[in-house]
Amino acid sequence: MKLMPCPVNGLRPVSEFFYWGEVRPMPDPDRCDDAAWADYVFNRNGAPGIKKEWWYHTPSGTWFIAERDTIRDEVLRTWLHASPEAEQQ
Amino acid sequence: MPWRLLRFALSRTHPEPRMFTRPARLKPAYDVVIIGAGGHGLAAAYYLARDHGITNVAVLEKGYIGGGNTGRNTTIIRSNYLTVEGVAFFDESVRLWQDLSTEFDLNLFYSTRGHFTLAHTDSAMRTMRWRAEVNKHLGVDSELVDAQSVATAIPMMDMSCAGHAPVLGALYHAPGAIARHDAVAWGYGRGADQRGAEIHQQTEVTGIEINDSGVVGVNTTRGRIATRKVLCAVAGSTPRVAEMVGLRTPIYIHPLQAMVSEPVKPWLDPIIVSGSLHVYVSQSARGELVMGASLDPYELHSTRSTLDFAEGLAAHMLDMFPFLSDVKVVRQWAGMADMTPDFAPIMGKTPVEGFYLDAGWGTWGFKATPVSGKTMAHTVAHDANHALIEGFNLSRFGRYQLTGEKGAASVGH
Ligand SMILES: Cc1cc2nc3c(=O)[nH]c(=O)nc-3n(C[C@H](O)[C@H](O)[C@H](O)COP(=O)(O)OP(=O)(O)OC[C@H]3O[C@@H](n4cnc5c(N)ncnc54)[C@H](O)[C@@H]3O)c2cc1C
Repeated sequence: MKLMPCPVNGLRPVSEFFYWGEVRPMPDPDRCDDAAWADYVFNRNGAPGIKKEWWYHTPSGTWFIAERDTIRDEVLRTWLHASPEAEQQ
Repeated sequence: MPWRLLRFALSRTHPEPRMFTRPARLKPAYDVVIIGAGGHGLAAAYYLARDHGITNVAVLEKGYIGGGNTGRNTTIIRSNYLTVEGVAFFDESVRLWQDLSTEFDLNLFYSTRGHFTLAHTDSAMRTMRWRAEVNKHLGVDSELVDAQSVATAIPMMDMSCAGHAPVLGALYHAPGAIARHDAVAWGYGRGADQRGAEIHQQTEVTGIEINDSGVVGVNTTRGRIATRKVLCAVAGSTPRVAEMVGLRTPIYIHPLQAMVSEPVKPWLDPIIVSGSLHVYVSQSARGELVMGASLDPYELHSTRSTLDFAEGLAAHMLDMFPFLSDVKVVRQWAGMADMTPDFAPIMGKTPVEGFYLDAGWGTWGFKATPVSGKTMAHTVAHDANHALIEGFNLSRFGRYQLTGEKGAASVGH
């Protein structure tokens, strides 16, 4: 069973978690054009690498960020987000 | 002993030709370079040569022929999709499959079994009814059947699924079939090879050169090649190759796993899919149960497999078929599925002149091998999208005009 370090609950089986994709900056929907919005909605950075991702620990209701190597499936570190805006800086 | 075999045994020089010739060197230039010798890349090379007379073609493969998702899939072939574009496209593929063994002079073990997608809830029944009506409207043989018909067709199944998820009915699709996946790649590969295309294994594409007029060349681990046309047919590696030409796509990669049991006497004729239990299963010509489940839950560029998967799938198999509790699992594996937001492929021309995509095949692309080869060959030869793939172009996302196949493709591959 693969283990994921939750910043609040420590190492837990990965089946307790929910993956919510890469942390990405959202363009201002009132000011960007349709093409930029479509790019945000649909396109992804699908190539492998070390990525910052949103994860959710379901039993404790904890959203946090994990830095993960998507080739080796190795979690490098996890932390609670301050605010979505702060994360994107 | 048959004479052919005896002659082979007694000869010093092998009288039978090898399956493929092995071209020694890369030429400095080709009319078309195809990246990826999976079923799709090889089928495109085959139809480029056969239907369009284009034979100055190199198929470049970083590993070996059919070693990607083509050789890892569970081989379900069907056309009971949800959108008009999807049904027309996959139905053409089912038609092409019928003649392939004869055309290749190679037994693909194409076996029409009938395909049940079980419904365990009222909402699933509604989706099945919807699919049946779309299918019938487009001339595809699908119907909604009740629980009694399912029980008659699959007498070995526990219709209550261990009490968790009683079967209410099913979408039945008589043309549903399975085939021998390796032979499909070999048949297309040999056919392309005999017509003059070159297949270079152990040759990885590491970069693509473009200038203002579009694609001009390809860099490989064995040197540079000049070409004006590149067809990218690399399934789970699509984001990496798209990055080489600076193309953004909605494709994301999750592993999809599968496993087989030890061979047992034939007892399961049709192909069974249950969306609620995340199971699909068929029995191969060798007697093995070929089983799969839903996608792994997070992004990963690796073909590792997990115990979680085997345990979860085995538990759901036992809900449906409790008598299998003594049957052993003998192999499990994974492939990298190139997923799209609408569960439809991404095919055709791209904003980069001379760079053609055949991707977004996710968990459903094996059945499309013949038709995608045929339509991509047409698209590359004429530099214009084939009519059957208009609904699958990359540009649909910019127009917010999706081709929503999720209801027909998310578990039942
Ligand atoms: C477990 C599993 C079950 C499935 N079940 C079904 C099913 O039941 N029915 C169905 O229709 N579909 C199914 N699929 C999906 C199907 O297998 C794929 O969509 C299909 O095989 C894709 O074929 P392809 O030729 O495009 O890709 P592949 O067969 O993956 O070929 C791509 C090739 O490109 C090569 N390559 C990658 N990068 C490079 C590079 N840089 N240079 C050179 N070569 C490169 C790879 O080595 C690979 O051989 C399943 C998939 C999986 C993983």
